[in-house]
Amino acid sequence: MNYKLLVAAVLLPTVALTGCETLGVQDGADVVVEDRGTQADGSQSAGGEDTGATATGAQAGAAFKGHPLDNPQSILSSRVIYFEFDSASIRAEDRAAIQAHAEYLGKNAGAAVVLEGHTDERGSREYNIALGERRAKAVRQLLLFQGAVASQIQTVSYGEETPAAIGHDEDAWQQNRRVEITYRTR
Amino acid sequence: MMRASNKKVFTLFYLMLISLLMTATQVHAALTIQITTGVDGAQPIAVVPFSTDQVKTALPYDLVSIINNDLARSGRFAPMPEKDLIARPHDGGTVRFGDWRLVNMDYLLVGRVRQLGDVNYEVQFQLFDVFKGEQITGISYPFVAGDTRRMAHRISDIVYEKLTGQKGAFNTRIAYVTALTAVTTNKRQYHLNIADSDGFNEQTILDSSKPLMSPSWSPDGQQLAYVSFEAKRPQIFVQQVFSGQRQRVTDFKGLNSAPVWSPDGKYLAMTLSKSGNPELYLFEIATRQLTQLTRHPAVDTEPTWSPDGSKLVFTSDRGGKPQLYMMRLSRNKPASRPRRLTFEGEYNARGVFSPDGKHIAMVHGNRGRFQIAVLDIVNNTLQVLTDSRLDESPSFAPNGSMIIYATNRDNRGVLAAVSVDGRVHQRLEVQQGDVREPAWSPLTNAQ
Repeated sequence: MNYKLLVAAVLLPTVALTGCETLGVQDGADVVVEDRGTQADGSQSAGGEDTGATATGAQAGAAFKGHPLDNPQSILSSRVIYFEFDSASIRAEDRAAIQAHAEYLGKNAGAAVVLEGHTDERGSREYNIALGERRAKAVRQLLLFQGAVASQIQTVSYGEETPAAIGHDEDAWQQNRRVEITYRTR
Repeated sequence: MMRASNKKVFTLFYLMLISLLMTATQVHAALTIQITTGVDGAQPIAVVPFSTDQVKTALPYDLVSIINNDLARSGRFAPMPEKDLIARPHDGGTVRFGDWRLVNMDYLLVGRVRQLGDVNYEVQFQLFDVFKGEQITGISYPFVAGDTRRMAHRISDIVYEKLTGQKGAFNTRIAYVTALTAVTTNKRQYHLNIADSDGFNEQTILDSSKPLMSPSWSPDGQQLAYVSFEAKRPQIFVQQVFSGQRQRVTDFKGLNSAPVWSPDGKYLAMTLSKSGNPELYLFEIATRQLTQLTRHPAVDTEPTWSPDGSKLVFTSDRGGKPQLYMMRLSRNKPASRPRRLTFEGEYNARGVFSPDGKHIAMVHGNRGRFQIAVLDIVNNTLQVLTDSRLDESPSFAPNGSMIIYATNRDNRGVLAAVSVDGRVHQRLEVQQGDVREPAWSPLTNAQ
């Protein structure tokens, strides 16, 4: 019980912080919040997001004291890698984030991630499943080069089946062509 | 933010629930089909309501309206509206051909239904060529009340075949996937459904909170292979359509996707990436043995069999962009190097052979639009059949007359169908949610 409360106390402000951030930043921030929800084993969800939101204001100026994966200021908070149409090439601007995750995985042998590959809705569904896998594998490859080991990484492709953004224009498509990095253990 | 509007959301939810319940009782067809463009010169035919003088218990559906709908939907016929009928004969003896010629009817269908027992009936019908004043065919069939719709489709099939020379495909089914997003939770729910070819009798045969993909009919129309993500990774299943019994077929590391039955029903061609890269394999159903068909660092996927089982066409990006390739098979081993089939457009994928083996329909991407195109593999000409921008998953009617496909309309996933010559267009809509990945069943002998 006490432990749960403690976890909630640590997590709540961070949920709130990233929650606030999503208002400003469009893309993947939503997804990150969702990831937190599952990792916290639901302990914070019962507490309600409202209380979390008020806690944020009080702590906004304080230095971050939680787990590095929960620090919204850290590059490790960037967990969605975006792609061009029909491409699995990693863009220059995403390399730093991948490197940070690789280093984290390298230093934390017990940590493990799932890389979920996704595509936009254009073209055929089965080809897109293969394309999503290729994207996840491209991120995996880079993580391995930079310090992670194979047993820490799982990949899965959902192709175009689970879009992050609903819409049928380039704006939505860009958000959907992605690999999501989710920590199973940290 | 979500909390604040909870009340509104709930009210909306209840309203939707109520309207759902209402529509569920009012509407028989969950999938409604409309002709959006017909053919000039559709053949005029008059179908006279069948006599029911010898029927005590009315049939659950009206045979003639089902037949009229079938014929009109094909785009090949223009049935005369019932109110315009100039006479109501029930057999050849009372037909005055001269009168029907005056109203420009080419064909006339008349008949009568007799009740033989509690649920047993017999229908007897005659099809006439009005200009020759001759009977084309006259048949009688026994049927039970529960098979009324199937009986009507069977009559439509006979009329269609006698007048066009091509088998009818009215007595068939369509499998498709729907995705519904719950208003309250924003969670998606996926259904694998089947419906009759006219949209009636929609049944959900699988319900999952994770994506369902790639339904493919067995050649006898009794089973569906598909991909399910229920284990949070893609696995291939085979399900008995009528008993609901199902079996997991593959669960390899990586992709398990794009299953398609061989024409003899003994194999599934599929895509697996267990080697680290998506390759085509044959899976023998009886022995569960795998044979690898492709070995190439590119993506190879979306196999389709030629109707005689001698060739496989598949999508590969070995040339840089996805294009269709063809490989010959001999005793289920590759017998030729893959040969590229498509050269027009920057993206050609998800090929599917026509039942006569002369055409391949595909998703054709050109200048940012994805449309359904058909390649004539005898003359090597490509014809783009649709005018939209997000078309996918083409599937042939088993008589080759129409191609059903998924597209997007008003920001919803809908199904549409187009005739192979591009002249007839239909739209198939579900009440709610997105519908996708249509697969037209084979012709079956079952009534």
